[in-house]
Amino acid sequence: MSSDETLLQISGLKMYYETLRGWVRAVDDVTLTMQKGDSFGLAGESGCGKTSIAMSILRLLPSNAKIIDGKIVFENIDILALPEEKLRREIRWKKISAIFQGAMNSLHPTMPIGKQIAEAILAHEKVDKKEALERAGKLLDLVGIGAERLDRYPHELSGGMKQRTMIAMALACNPHLVIADEPTTALDVIIEAQILQVMKELQRKLGLSMILISHDLSIIAEICNKVAIMYAGKIVEYGTVVDIYKNPLHPYTQKLIAAFPSILGRKTELASIEGFPPNLLAPPPGCRFHPRCPYATDKCKKEEPELIDVGKGEQHLVACHLVG
Amino acid sequence: MPKSDEDVIVKVEKLKKYYPLKVGFFKALFTKKIPFVRAVDGISFQIKREEVLGLVGESGCGKTTTGKCILKLIEPTAGKIIFDGTDITNLPEKEMRKFRSKMQIIFQDPYESLNPRLSVLDIVAEPLTIQKIEEDPDKVRERVEKVLDAMGLTPPEEFLYRFPHELSGGQRQRVAIARAFVVNPEFIVADEPVSMLDASIRSEVIKLMKRLLKEFHCSYLYITHDIALARYMCDRIAVMYLGKIVEKAATEDLIKKPLHPYTEALLAAVPVPDPTARRIEVVIKGEVASPISPPPGCRFHPRCPYATDKCKKEEPKLTEVSKGRFVACHYPLS
Repeated sequence: MSSDETLLQISGLKMYYETLRGWVRAVDDVTLTMQKGDSFGLAGESGCGKTSIAMSILRLLPSNAKIIDGKIVFENIDILALPEEKLRREIRWKKISAIFQGAMNSLHPTMPIGKQIAEAILAHEKVDKKEALERAGKLLDLVGIGAERLDRYPHELSGGMKQRTMIAMALACNPHLVIADEPTTALDVIIEAQILQVMKELQRKLGLSMILISHDLSIIAEICNKVAIMYAGKIVEYGTVVDIYKNPLHPYTQKLIAAFPSILGRKTELASIEGFPPNLLAPPPGCRFHPRCPYATDKCKKEEPELIDVGKGEQHLVACHLVG
Repeated sequence: MPKSDEDVIVKVEKLKKYYPLKVGFFKALFTKKIPFVRAVDGISFQIKREEVLGLVGESGCGKTTTGKCILKLIEPTAGKIIFDGTDITNLPEKEMRKFRSKMQIIFQDPYESLNPRLSVLDIVAEPLTIQKIEEDPDKVRERVEKVLDAMGLTPPEEFLYRFPHELSGGQRQRVAIARAFVVNPEFIVADEPVSMLDASIRSEVIKLMKRLLKEFHCSYLYITHDIALARYMCDRIAVMYLGKIVEKAATEDLIKKPLHPYTEALLAAVPVPDPTARRIEVVIKGEVASPISPPPGCRFHPRCPYATDKCKKEEPKLTEVSKGRFVACHYPLS
């Protein structure tokens, strides 16, 4: 489904948080390209900067966060240079929308779900209320809730249905890109599988481009075709899911994949990584993974590795001195 | 005590826990039956020494309630709990105290289960002083240091005077585990002990818990929703659905060849960290029914793809189909 049309291009993005103790380098020099039709997985452990990237794309930043450097180009529009008002009217939700973690908390408790979805449409398009509600009904059909539930309030729905409502809402203005931040984290396994199925169907039906942010590599394997692995504010490896999962090159990626339990195949020892992710106030010099890396050399402690392409055919980027 | 039961540490028989539902004053006057939430509805199992029994199921199926009932943190409605040969079901609190140090619990969220105002030393020492096991401060400190060392928090003296906010998630959970192990327990209820942790740290904690099992000769009731992780931790797994155990078997048997349709569905829904492996295909529809008025017959029948008329009327009993394999289904899969 993916074509060669570039949808999103992030280059040299640096997003820091200002704290009393200094700058927290949450996203530090991240470059990535996304093609139209891709479903792009952004994986990594908590605090590695994956959500910060998503928030930078939508420019929904907390007051102490600053984009220090870099460029985000979406469909040839420079997002970071856009005036706030224009961004709000023309990009946010209309072109790029988001599904946030914890659906239970992001819906308005005293407004029927149909009205909430219609509200998003009315804010961005010149349609009347009736048409907006009609479209909301169609969206609820699309995600498997059914238009007859337009008048329901969030408390009448289960967690899975609320999350479906959030997906419907994200699709309200026919966006070109949907960012899903841990869309299934608070849900039970079976409900999670149902939501993943809805998302896969939408990919197929609408040719949706998607960024899926998750700490769970199993979910990314389930619905993405490209994946970027992040560690301490940097992308350490990027490629197609098959390349990354079958032939991981960065020691962190290798360990992380081996740390995930699987119910298939023979039971093998779960890998673990000793130590803890670094403090982003003062990340270690050289490769940020070197204090935890079993193969670290002197070079790793001093010099920062660059992302290099080692792929045959498809792009496979890795930032490690020991590869290539 | 019969000899064959000697290595059984915990035995649960037909355990039930019903919570009465809050109803209005007039409704309470005029209705004969106050509705109950049947959180746990007649389950039985036993755990041997150095064994890990996994209790797997979706949220609201009664796993945590079961764990808390065994520890008598909540009073069971009916049934029996036998700990090391003694029936502790109706033991008065004073006598129960003797058993408290032998049974411990590890909670899910290390960010909430540790008192933020206490230092690591105080947190871990608390069970020792409360149980009056050790009162000399030097000896308490020595024991705390020893247990922290066993948790991989080394060197222990570096952690003693730290506060929870100075620790990472993995370190906090190790402190929570240290607190449980400081009294040399024989049985531990581990309620989702790693679900809040990142993958790279999660497997470290799992390995630690497995090592401690042998070192301390204790047993776990491992409560989790993650069947893939349970595979690495548990010797046997019991699958719960709406307050009942629907299947119970040795871990690998259960995962390789589930007999109950619910277990099958649960396994089919688990995502796999491999893009070339089988994709999630069959997903059962709908969601868990309400435990207030569970469906008649088999509780799983409204969602079961194989349900027949018999399933709607008759409740299947948990029966042993082969050695150590129990299933509660009229038509077990083959």
